[in-house]
Amino acid sequence: MTETPTPAPRTRAKQGTPAVGLKRFVFHLVLIAAAMVMIYPLLWMLSASLKPIDEIFADPGLIPSSWEWGNYADGWNALPHPFEKYIWNSMIIVAGSILGNLVSCSMAAYAFARLRFPLRGMLFAIMLGTIMLPIHVVIIPQYILFNNLGWVDTFWPLIVPKLLATDAFFVFLMVQFIRGLPKELDEAAAIDGCGYWGTYLRVIMPLCMPALATTAIFTFIWTWNDFYSQLIYLRDVDLQTVPLALRLFMDSTGTTNWGALFAMSIVALGPIFGFFLAGQRYLVRGIATTGIK
Amino acid sequence: MTDNDVAVVRPKQRSSGAPPGPAASAPSPSPERVRKRGGSIRSRERWAALSFLSPWLIGLLAITIGPMVASFYLSFTDYSLGYGEWVGGENYARMFDDPRLANAIKVTAVYTFVSVPLQLAAALLLAIVLDRGLRGMAFYRSIFYLPSLLGGSVAIAIMWRQVFGTEGLVNQVLAIFGIQGEGWVSHPDYALGTLIILHVWTFGSPMIIFLAGLRQIPTMYYEAAKIDGAGVMQRFWSVTLPLLTPIIFFNLVLQIINSFQSFTQAFIISSGKGGPADSTMFLTLYLYDQGFTQFDMGYASAIAWLLLAIIAIFTALNFLMSKFWVFYGDND
Repeated sequence: MTETPTPAPRTRAKQGTPAVGLKRFVFHLVLIAAAMVMIYPLLWMLSASLKPIDEIFADPGLIPSSWEWGNYADGWNALPHPFEKYIWNSMIIVAGSILGNLVSCSMAAYAFARLRFPLRGMLFAIMLGTIMLPIHVVIIPQYILFNNLGWVDTFWPLIVPKLLATDAFFVFLMVQFIRGLPKELDEAAAIDGCGYWGTYLRVIMPLCMPALATTAIFTFIWTWNDFYSQLIYLRDVDLQTVPLALRLFMDSTGTTNWGALFAMSIVALGPIFGFFLAGQRYLVRGIATTGIK
Repeated sequence: MTDNDVAVVRPKQRSSGAPPGPAASAPSPSPERVRKRGGSIRSRERWAALSFLSPWLIGLLAITIGPMVASFYLSFTDYSLGYGEWVGGENYARMFDDPRLANAIKVTAVYTFVSVPLQLAAALLLAIVLDRGLRGMAFYRSIFYLPSLLGGSVAIAIMWRQVFGTEGLVNQVLAIFGIQGEGWVSHPDYALGTLIILHVWTFGSPMIIFLAGLRQIPTMYYEAAKIDGAGVMQRFWSVTLPLLTPIIFFNLVLQIINSFQSFTQAFIISSGKGGPADSTMFLTLYLYDQGFTQFDMGYASAIAWLLLAIIAIFTALNFLMSKFWVFYGDND
């Protein structure tokens, strides 16, 4: 606790005096050191993906002696299918999940936030309860259900639940958001002759864009990263997704082609990093208002 | 699950300044939109609500509650893909002489109760440091947040396995100081430790929740404490920490629930086997092994309910103990 704030947290450090300047300098130094430790493994993997193989496990530095772009080509073609096949499979699931979550969760959220109906309080409580329900409790009967429907080794078990708003976390997120919108807008729409569907489509949804964006980004990241349910439902080699392909790659290469494996790991992290750069505003808001991941 | 409901709602309550309480978790009744316009309009609203809720309701019944009931039933059978008979409490009795299960409970518990406090301590420390409003704060926040965004992916687990491998980054750095490191992930005494470090590494998201909480603390408290002559440490212990306890509690509940369910990282680091010597065999891995490798789905369902019971018990304990340390005195 050496870094506890000297001035009260809300007042900014005073400019000027040398003592304060020095203190701030040390402060930044410590923070930069901590940040370096945090991201060094990531930078190390990035650089290892470009290093010759014998150098990866010999030199902890970040600059490769020669730039081995061939690692990426090797990794891309190391598995039964070229890597774009796995990216494509992941993208299909991601696109279906995003569409499903945006439509089904926003519909449920509108009902919870704006409409009155019997048992609303109880259903709302149940909805919140399902957020915390471990997937492990329902996965076996779900598997049996989808197996009986003949859906194992298709993308349906991964997409259909999203169309049915089972990611209740996003329902909650949007309920919170819609409750923050002025009710006068709904009333004005009603006076102008909008029904409930009209109000939902033309008034609420356009105003919900920030919440919808947060939902889309989180759905992308979670689905892209998801391993457990894809591992269970997708065993066919033609349906493997990016995380499954990486796992296959790791378990099959043994200890040979690490540069190529790291290269494909970087490819897998790329889209998440892109969303991190582009959509950070929404991510931070999503976490700060609802507190999940 | 009602305890969890309160946890989820709490931060919103704080920010709106409403007094906490379970009653607030239900939506406040909307103002009389259709007042005095007759029953037919009200029933129209009900039908509209039903249609808006129908995807969610179908999902709730078919994907969540139905399978929950089925899972409970299966846990009393010896079901294995397509065939199973009622065996009564046999699966639960079997748990008592299953040393691998006992080990899995131990591994999961150690993982949770070591990594969560460390992770939250790191998150709190960095949040307090960053809350000073330093220049470049957004930059630092992003850097510290990034690992928690990536942390759940297979790619990061692969990286971790190599970072802590025999010739990995950690040992390369140790070699600079003349220390000969172990093959951390392949040593039964250390493999779990690498997973704990991985969990601590993802402290970014609780840190962001702490930052949001710190921003809720009114400046006047600090000013009053200053006038009364409180020093830096005293302000931290007497103002910041007590007012932050609801957020600490919220993070604690959430992280404990999450970490009991960890799967991917241990699966990748141990090539799906929970090794070496079952030292990374989480309950979730054991469940997967029993249910989807051995296809002993009856026993796996019983394990799933054991997992749920453990999570529920610790969450309930958490709520009970919160009476002694969580401070909700800010309802003026």
